[in-house]
Amino acid sequence: MKLVISIAGDSLQSPFDARFGRAAAFCLVDSDTGSWTAHANPALEAAGGAGVQAAQCVAGLGAQAVVSGAYGPKAYASLSAAGIAMHLAPGNAPRTGADVLAQFKAGELSQAQAATQDGRH
Amino acid sequence: MRIVVASGKGGTGKTTVATSLALVGGESVRCLDCDVEAPNAALFLHPVLDRRQEVGIPLPRVDTARCTHCGKCAEVCQYHAIAVLGQTTLVFPELCHGCGSCTRLCPEGAISEHLHVTGVLEGGLTADGLEFARGLLQVGEPMAVPIIRELKRWPPRRRPAIEIWDAPPGASCPVVETLRGADFALLVTEPTPFGLHDLKQVVGIARELKIPAGVVVNRDGIGDQAVDAYCADQGLPILLRIPMERRIAEGLARGRSLLETAPDYRPAFQDLLAAIQDRVNAEYAR
Repeated sequence: MKLVISIAGDSLQSPFDARFGRAAAFCLVDSDTGSWTAHANPALEAAGGAGVQAAQCVAGLGAQAVVSGAYGPKAYASLSAAGIAMHLAPGNAPRTGADVLAQFKAGELSQAQAATQDGRH
Repeated sequence: MRIVVASGKGGTGKTTVATSLALVGGESVRCLDCDVEAPNAALFLHPVLDRRQEVGIPLPRVDTARCTHCGKCAEVCQYHAIAVLGQTTLVFPELCHGCGSCTRLCPEGAISEHLHVTGVLEGGLTADGLEFARGLLQVGEPMAVPIIRELKRWPPRRRPAIEIWDAPPGASCPVVETLRGADFALLVTEPTPFGLHDLKQVVGIARELKIPAGVVVNRDGIGDQAVDAYCADQGLPILLRIPMERRIAEGLARGRSLLETAPDYRPAFQDLLAAIQDRVNAEYAR
């Protein structure tokens, strides 16, 4: 399946970015073949509505699921409408996108059932 | 003639100056409190507020039967307030600026607008017969600009010769919206590094909007000489100095205008109003 992981860099080996709307970039990974591409987050410097813009970007990439550290109310509403499953990689431990992909494949990540933080405009 | 009283830094005496200027103008004045997040001019003018109107922004409403999820609305929205995801078109009211782009550009005519009330306008006359109005943004609403825009558009009872608009503090969108269309920017500052820092920002806005400006130095005698040096360097006239006086602060704390507490200032404010009128007339004559 096509999975998006929020990253702070430009490759699957870049550090995982626990923020969704304000992540530096998104790594689109095919979890079956392991092939990946990196895409800059257009919402990085948005004045407001970053979650909405980031969600539209992720939907445009054709992802079926996303892994990040937190989802605000507008990101949650937008990703839900697009039918994209939101997975949570909790904690602040330093890790790479590849580490998070391994956790996802091992079934260690739970899904967000609601927005996990308040909106920040 | 439209005079905006602004400052940058909060608490320098914008409202003290605006209300006293309005009081010397009397019946020829309409005074608008444009600090819609915390309007306080009424505390000193004591108007009887007998007019009231709800205002807000036009929010898009999507007719799901006609929407084809083409995404044009989301593409044109600068604020990401409308998004098309799969077979759903979502509206985020708190992000919408009410610009109307999505409604006008929807190829299916599937979007209509309805008023989302975010505040009220209130108006009335003071005992001196001057017209007063203010905007009041609802608690929890993020956008002051639409309320200020509607306040400035609110029809006066009679056409005033002089408009005095008391601006919000700061140097962001609400201050720009208040200054738009003004003939003169009266900038109230205090002679401190903080006062000067923010004065420079508001001077920058007035210049960008091509509005002539003059300065009032309030609490004169405290701080340093840097505001004087800056004004001299920039060719900004200092039109009035109000010394640091305990009796003025005590009067304000009791809800009395500066002129009520210190009637000896009346000639100075009459001169200030005349000086602004002269400068505006000279500007138009050029």
